[in-house]
Amino acid sequence: MRQFIEGSFAVAETVKLCKPGVISAYPITPQTHIVERLADFVANGELKCQFVNVESEHSAASVVLGSSATGVRVFTATSSQGLIYMSEVLFNIAGMRLPVVMVNANRALSAPINIWNDQQDAVSLRDSGWVQIYAENNQDAVDYVLQAYKIAENHKIMLPVMVNMDGFILTHGMETVDMPSGDLVDKFLPSYNAPYKLDVENPMSFGLLGDPSIYTEARYAIQKTFDDLLQVIPNVGKDFESVFGRKGLSLVESYCLDDAKIAIVAMGSVCGTIKDYIDQERAKGKQIGLLKVVSFRPFPKEAIAKALQNVGKVLVLDKSISLGSEGPLYTEVKSLFANKKPKVSGFVAGLGGRDITLQTIKEMVDISKKTQERCQFLSLKPELLKEEFYV
Amino acid sequence: MFGPLLGKPASSKNNKTGSWRSFHKPKFLQKNCIACKLCKLVCPESCIEGEEKNSYHTDYLYCKGCGLCAYICPKKDIEMIKEQE
Amino acid sequence: MSNGINHFEEHQFVSGHTACAGCGQSLAARIVADVAGKNVMIANSTGCLEVFSTKAPETSWRVPWIHSLFENSAAVASGVEAALRYLGKIDTVRVIAQGGDGGTADIGLQALSGMLERGHDILYVCYDNEAYMNTGIQRSGLTPLNANTTTSPSGTVWKGNWRKKKPLVEICAAHFIPYAATASVGYIPDLQRKVKKALEIRGPKYIQIHVPCPLGWGHDSSLTLEVAKSAVLCGLYPLVEYENGKLTNTFKVPAPKPVAEYIKPQNRFKHLLKDQTALQDLQEVANKNLEYYGLNKKTE
Repeated sequence: MRQFIEGSFAVAETVKLCKPGVISAYPITPQTHIVERLADFVANGELKCQFVNVESEHSAASVVLGSSATGVRVFTATSSQGLIYMSEVLFNIAGMRLPVVMVNANRALSAPINIWNDQQDAVSLRDSGWVQIYAENNQDAVDYVLQAYKIAENHKIMLPVMVNMDGFILTHGMETVDMPSGDLVDKFLPSYNAPYKLDVENPMSFGLLGDPSIYTEARYAIQKTFDDLLQVIPNVGKDFESVFGRKGLSLVESYCLDDAKIAIVAMGSVCGTIKDYIDQERAKGKQIGLLKVVSFRPFPKEAIAKALQNVGKVLVLDKSISLGSEGPLYTEVKSLFANKKPKVSGFVAGLGGRDITLQTIKEMVDISKKTQERCQFLSLKPELLKEEFYV
Repeated sequence: MFGPLLGKPASSKNNKTGSWRSFHKPKFLQKNCIACKLCKLVCPESCIEGEEKNSYHTDYLYCKGCGLCAYICPKKDIEMIKEQE
Repeated sequence: MSNGINHFEEHQFVSGHTACAGCGQSLAARIVADVAGKNVMIANSTGCLEVFSTKAPETSWRVPWIHSLFENSAAVASGVEAALRYLGKIDTVRVIAQGGDGGTADIGLQALSGMLERGHDILYVCYDNEAYMNTGIQRSGLTPLNANTTTSPSGTVWKGNWRKKKPLVEICAAHFIPYAATASVGYIPDLQRKVKKALEIRGPKYIQIHVPCPLGWGHDSSLTLEVAKSAVLCGLYPLVEYENGKLTNTFKVPAPKPVAEYIKPQNRFKHLLKDQTALQDLQEVANKNLEYYGLNKKTE
């Protein structure tokens, strides 16, 4: 049923339909609307679930870890500092092979403290062993949450999934969303059947000390599982499409790429703005397209290389920066084309909530016509830099 | 699945810690034992067995030779002797 | 059962663990697990107990057991408890969270406080060996005054640890939880009684068990129980019970022994034997305990 709805509320409605047994979270802007709405559902008996209000994100992640290990479907949501505070537990959840699903409302990291959107939080946790998928709009966010459980709980996968939605832009944005019905969700997503769990009838020990004789294999097994995910994610997407009748998850999505000479590569909500820019340029006859990276982990190297093989120039737009290096998405895309065409340029924009407008995209494309950039910040304020930061 | 990440109950019994003993080991004299079970109770290795009086003994495969059984025995019926004896 | 002692034929924590000889923590952990029995799930902090009981692929536990991190056993246990509640099994399965003094009093205090405040039906057990033993005997918030550790060494300027023990059982009791107690591995019947009592109460419970560490304290492995008893008998380790925030029971020490007797077999206090002022400062801690809890007062 199509509904004009705020992103956070759409996600909360969807989580409700997934029937988690335990939800634990700690408030942080801009994640709050998601968990507040879920709390309402529990308070009113619409969702039968244990809602654990904890004293920190570290404990929120630890609570869902404990519940997941007890064989129950769980949910948590966080953002920014909260995600980073959780990070110790997040690596642990992945290492313990627990199918936790979380929504991260992407937000900048302090300092300076900043509550607005960029993707530095999640991107900084790219090595944690969590599957990371990035929503472009609220329909994606809703659909990705449903598919996240199906991916995570696959007995051949058993890894946690982080659904990323840009803070405020999506979490607080009103959009028309085709909301899933409970019947279809039940058809798509069976209840969680844990392959191993804490159980007095079968008393196993979890979280053992792994010395050098097994540690490498434990890590290798996760890496191999990420290889398997390159098949599993699109397959879950196909299942989704067969049940819901709309397109499900894919590793990447192309927009006007077939004949494109220039391709922009980006993740998340900025892809909407880029599509508008492309429509505008295509009307003028310019051959430009977009490759939206949906899955950042696993990083779909082959799918990206294939999609961009006939393009002349690639412009990677990062909403985060690996300080001292360059945009992380740029690093990974560029690595696919070492000494080969296309030429890949890297741009950084939209940090700490600065708007990426059509003008910002134009600035990027104009620069790329003249030079090949590695780490070009867009819409910088030269006066501010000179007068206040002495740069 | 994920075999080494999950421990099967009580599987540490595969690990014979008795090889750690370097100086002393307990000798159960089995003369004045009153079957109070205190030696069994305080053994940190849970490796002392026995039921009737003068039947208590330790499993040297696990005993680390800490000496708590000899300390607790109210009848001084357990002696710590040199490992070689 | 004799002399108030419970004997268990099948242990829930078994041989083959790699604790040091005479380890007080391994003994106390087995006693707790045995009293708790089969229908229990344990969440364990990182630390000696975790490392020496669960080196992959083996485990010394016969009950479902989980280790995640150093500071989060109270939160992981909260998750286990919430899941059991969701599954309708909370009346048949008990939950225990456990860790060492560092994992409880320092890095895990926030998670512990959260667990107590939220009212989870969990028994938290702190095995107090008074320092970070697993990393090599560094001082923790529960290290006693003037004890020598590797980060509070006694020297020409320092007399060992600068601070007195954090009053953790009072901090827990101040949450007005149904039960908070201290116990000692030197008094096994008392320890068994407290664990049993705690597990019969619904809601959050806290038990802190004094467990000598032969390696860290520098005493002979055969003296673990004697040293533990001695700490109680001199007043340095009061055995107390709080119910709903109120002190309801204390283990009386009618004729307190001098602290000098307690510290004698322990290398960590060796320097006090040559420093009367520092020894007296520690004696004062014991004196204050005796007075505060009325330990040497006659029972009516």
